[in-house]
Amino acid sequence: MHGRIRTWGPGALVLLPTVLLLGYFVYGLIAWTFNTSLTDKHNARPVPTNHVGLDNYVNLFGEERFLNSLKNLGVLTVAFIVGTLIFGVLWALLLEKGVAGESIFRSVFLFPMAISMIASGVVWGWLLNPSQGDEARGLNRLFSILHLNFLENPWWTAGSRWTTMASIALPAVWQLSGYIMALFLAGFRGIPPELREAARVDGASEFKLYRYVLFPQLSPIALSALIILGHMSLKLFDLIYAITGPNQFRTEVPSVYLWNTLLSSDMAKAAAIAIVLLAVVAVLVIPYVAYTVRQETEE
Amino acid sequence: MTVAEAPAATGKAAAAISQKPQRSTISDGSTRRSRTVRYVLLLLFLLFVLTPVYVVVITSFKTSSDTTAAAQWSLPETWTLEPWRKAWDVLQPYMVRSLSLAIPAAVISSLIGSANGFVLARWRFPGSNLVFALILFGMFIPYQAVMLPLRQTFQDLDVTRGVPTLIIAHVIYGLPICTLIFRNYYATVVPNEIIESARVDGAGLVQTYLRIILPISISGFVVTLIWQFTSVWNDFLFALFLTQQNNGPVTLGLAALSGGQKVDYAASMAGALITSFPTLLVYILLGRWFIGGLMAGALKG
Repeated sequence: MHGRIRTWGPGALVLLPTVLLLGYFVYGLIAWTFNTSLTDKHNARPVPTNHVGLDNYVNLFGEERFLNSLKNLGVLTVAFIVGTLIFGVLWALLLEKGVAGESIFRSVFLFPMAISMIASGVVWGWLLNPSQGDEARGLNRLFSILHLNFLENPWWTAGSRWTTMASIALPAVWQLSGYIMALFLAGFRGIPPELREAARVDGASEFKLYRYVLFPQLSPIALSALIILGHMSLKLFDLIYAITGPNQFRTEVPSVYLWNTLLSSDMAKAAAIAIVLLAVVAVLVIPYVAYTVRQETEE
Repeated sequence: MTVAEAPAATGKAAAAISQKPQRSTISDGSTRRSRTVRYVLLLLFLLFVLTPVYVVVITSFKTSSDTTAAAQWSLPETWTLEPWRKAWDVLQPYMVRSLSLAIPAAVISSLIGSANGFVLARWRFPGSNLVFALILFGMFIPYQAVMLPLRQTFQDLDVTRGVPTLIIAHVIYGLPICTLIFRNYYATVVPNEIIESARVDGAGLVQTYLRIILPISISGFVVTLIWQFTSVWNDFLFALFLTQQNNGPVTLGLAALSGGQKVDYAASMAGALITSFPTLLVYILLGRWFIGGLMAGALKG
């Protein structure tokens, strides 16, 4: 027994502060938020609060505004993931065989990732100006200069939920496609060259080579990409805050709604929104975490 | 969101991407025409990515009378530094706060992450898998789920609002990603024999770490330092919830500069460039390592 403690004791001691800190600041505070979401603390007055069970959740899911924010989030997430994957995979495909100037392309495609979402939101908010015709500004003005007037559109300010949230997804796609490119590029380069040669010797066409030989090798990367993009999209806040301002029903997602709720000091409702957001992210992430840990254990 | 949540990679992944593709002795399947098409497409995408950059840069040098709708995509009639001066006057105190916050936060979380990662990579103890899973999940949580009580906790503990609160928050919530990056680094990059030999000599965990591990962790540190610096610098959520205009970081400053009713577009574009400058500098100088950070975890072994 003494020997075992000597073996793992010091290691556990090193981890202890982190475990305690994360235990409190992640899991403890989540429990605290959950507890707040079960109360009737709907204003800033320091009055005693009562437990009201799941009332706040029932109210949320019966509320047009919250359902709207969830639908917006769903559409945003689909548009963002699909857009980013298309650009990212396409760029990786274009680059993977090696082209002259590859490092320039790579650096340019990736650089938007170094920029804060607030800075890019400030810029894109201005590019996505809804004015059209003579008064057109931003991208609409560029379209008219290029004689592509039919592309002019009101962006997020009018139209269906799909066009609205796709306009919001556009800057996020601009920012993160390079990241997906980098992931897939590393994936392509990690495939043993013998696999390609064997397929070519067997007379496989380029299309079949990618479809049946290369892409199946990349499915772990595709899974990681999906998880990363998915959880980023679910939490997206800064970009919407910067582009449309926090108070836009049209583009409101739960994270933004939470901020607005907090401004009106409705702590219980804000906490309930936070827990719903956490639950949505957890549904996506927990299987991934479990899978990762199991893989690590097997190694 | 911050991009900080994207999991972590080791030098290996960074190396994989900058590897030249191995030339096949057999035809690589590309003809001259397909090569041309590929270049045309790449150049078009290059333009797409750089378009916002062009318009931001030219606008930041324009006078206010020059920012009319019609002239928006044209070069400035007269070049002026006035927007830059105006933006700098507003942002300068925020920049100082962001620097004095991002550097210590990055250093502290990297140091703790390195010690943690070493332990998790090499020492199995009862429940180590559970600890690993709980740390990993901590990386993905939406911070909104902890933000309200976090604010309360800082108030209760009487932590000075502003830089100190943000340093503490970023260190704590940066621990999962730093731990994971270092764990992968030690598990894949550092040969097992090095650690084994140290243990045979009777060196304890702490000595092994200080004398042997720390000196060979430089590239791991570069990755986490860049990663943490960038995500702390770019953070807006913690800034908004935990600080105010008079004690907040540069993302809050930029939001203030570009918000409100009467926005000076030239100044807010200059402001966006000023705020992005430190992270862009890091990206340009240390791009290889920046990519390493992005890869972590997403690519196994």
